[in-house]
Amino acid sequence: MNRQNILLRIWKFYISGFKNMSNWGRQVWLIILVKLFIMFVILRIFFFPDFLKSNFDTDKERSEHVLDVLTKSK
Amino acid sequence: MIEIADVSLVDWSRAQFALTAMYHWIFVPLTLGITFIIAFMETLYVKTGKEEWKKITKFWMTLFGINFAIGVATGIILEFEFGTNWSNYSWFVGDIFGAPLAIEGILAFFMESTFIAIMFFGWNKVSKKTHLLATWLTAIGANLSALWILVANGWMQKPVGMIFNPETARNEMDNFWEVLFSQTAVDKWLHATSSGFVLASVFVIGISAWYLLKNREIMLAKKSILVAAVFGLISSVYLVMTGDNSTRTIANDQNMKFAALEGLYNGSEGAGLVAIGVFTESETDPQNENLKDFSMKLEIPNFLSYMAFLDWNAFVPGINDLINGNEKYGYMPATEKIERGKVAIQKLGEFKNAKKAGNDQLANALKTELTSAGFQEDYFKYFGYGYFDDPQDLVPNVPLTFYSFHVMVLLGFFFILLFVLSLLYIVKGTFDKKRWFMRLAIIAIPLAYIAGQAGWIVAEVGRQPWVVQDLMPTMAAVTRISAGSVQTTFWLFAVLFTVLLIAELKIMFRQIKIGPKH
Repeated sequence: MNRQNILLRIWKFYISGFKNMSNWGRQVWLIILVKLFIMFVILRIFFFPDFLKSNFDTDKERSEHVLDVLTKSK
Repeated sequence: MIEIADVSLVDWSRAQFALTAMYHWIFVPLTLGITFIIAFMETLYVKTGKEEWKKITKFWMTLFGINFAIGVATGIILEFEFGTNWSNYSWFVGDIFGAPLAIEGILAFFMESTFIAIMFFGWNKVSKKTHLLATWLTAIGANLSALWILVANGWMQKPVGMIFNPETARNEMDNFWEVLFSQTAVDKWLHATSSGFVLASVFVIGISAWYLLKNREIMLAKKSILVAAVFGLISSVYLVMTGDNSTRTIANDQNMKFAALEGLYNGSEGAGLVAIGVFTESETDPQNENLKDFSMKLEIPNFLSYMAFLDWNAFVPGINDLINGNEKYGYMPATEKIERGKVAIQKLGEFKNAKKAGNDQLANALKTELTSAGFQEDYFKYFGYGYFDDPQDLVPNVPLTFYSFHVMVLLGFFFILLFVLSLLYIVKGTFDKKRWFMRLAIIAIPLAYIAGQAGWIVAEVGRQPWVVQDLMPTMAAVTRISAGSVQTTFWLFAVLFTVLLIAELKIMFRQIKIGPKH
C-alpha cells in the first residue's frame, strides 16, 4: 500500500468519525473550540504576554534583568 | 537587604496559580484512572467476545471522553502564567523545565490524541485487537504524560542534576537521569497517578451504585463495580505504599514540610504520630497564626519516628528545631542559613556588577568562586534563604498543611474500606440490597476529589515559602507587574473554569441519566 493511500485512509477515518459523532461529542467539540479560542486568542494575546520575551530582545538582556531582580537591594 | 515583591502581588499570583492548578486537577485524575478501567473492560470483551462488555466499555468511554474534552488544554494556562506572572522563576529554572515539558507535549499530542481517536472512531473500523491496543496505549500515554509534569514538580521540591550558571542566571541540567529518577519525582508520579486510579474506581462504583439505587442498568452496574473494586483495592493499597514512601522522602529532603504536616513544633526521639488532632491558639503567642497548640489529639507513640526514618526511636526535628537549630542533632539555625544565603546573593551581585563594568578579570574570579564546589555547598545551597530577614517567614501555613494531610490520609483509608466492602458485597450478591452503602458510594465521589486536592495542598502549601526548595522563594519568583492585573486574570479564570466545570457536570449528568443504551 503506498503512502498516499495510507494518508487518504487516515483522512477518511477522521472525517467519518467526526461525521458520525454522537450528540454529546458535538457538544464537547464546540466547548473545546470555544475554550481554545478564549485561551489562545483572547487570554494569551491580551492578558498573558511573555514578560521577558515582550520586554527584552535578547537572552543576554533577559539574563541581566533577572540577575538585577534577584540581587537588587532595597 | 534584598528588595522583594509586595505581598499583595505575591498573594494574588499564588492564588491565581493555585486556582488554575486545582481546577486542572479536577479533570486530570479521572483520565489517569478511568482509561485503565476501560482498558480492563475492553480486554474482557476481546477475551470473552461478550457484547455486554463492549456496551460497558463504550459507556465508561463516553464519560471519559466528556471529562477529557472539557479538561483538555487547561494545563496550558499554567504555562501562560509561568511566562507572565512567574518570569523570574521561569528563567531561573528554564533549562530544567524545558526538556520534561517538551517531552510531555509530544507524548500528550501523539500518543493520547492519536489513540483516543482510534478509541472513539475506530469501533468496527479497525480490528478488535488494534482497538484494544489503542485503548491500552491511551491509558499508558496519559500516565506517561503525567510523569513529565511531575518530574518538573519533583525538581522544584528537590532540585538535583543541575548547575547554576551565574552568567545566564539559569540552572542548567547536567544530569537528565538524576532529574528523571530523583526519589521525589518518582514518589510524586507514583503517588499522584495511583490517586487517579483510586478516584476513577470510586467514580465508577459511585455511578454504578446510583444505577442500582434507581434499579436501572443492573448488569452494567454490577460488572463495573466488580472491575472497579478490584482495581481500586489494588490501587489504594499501592497508594498507601507510595504515600508512605513519599512521606519518608519529605522527612529527609523537606523537613520543615514534614514538621508542618504533623504539626510538630518541638522535635523528639521516638516521636508520636498525631492520627487526629484539632488546633487551638497558642497560649504563648495567640496572635501568631502559625504557632498552634493541640486542643485535642490522638497520638500513636513512636510511630512518626518510624514513618520518617524506619527507626522507632529516631529524632524527628520540629519546626522550632529547624528555626532555632539543634546542635545535638546537626540542624543549622535558620539565621545561619539566612546569613549564608545573603553571602551567595551578594557574591552574585558583585559578579553582575563586575560584568556590567566590563571588569572581566574580577568577573571571571567571582564566577570561579561562585561555581566552586565549596561555595556551592557552603553558600549557594542556601541562596533562597538570603531573601528573608525573619526566620519565622520560613514556616509554611501549619494548620492548612496539617488538616489537608490528615484529610487526605483518612480519606485514603476510607476508600480502602469502601473497596473491600464493595468487593465483598458484589461477590456475595448483596450490593444492591444495601441502600446505605449505595448512598455512601455516591457520596464518596466528591470525597475522592477532595482527597486529591488536599494532597496537592500538602505538596504545595507545605513547601512554602519555596518555589524551588531552598533556592528560590515565592516572593523572588514573581514578575513585578501590577497586582491589579493579576487580580483581573484571577477572576477571568474563576469564571472560565467554573463555566467549564458546570458544562462538564451538565453533559456528564445527562449522559449518566441516558445510560448506556443510547
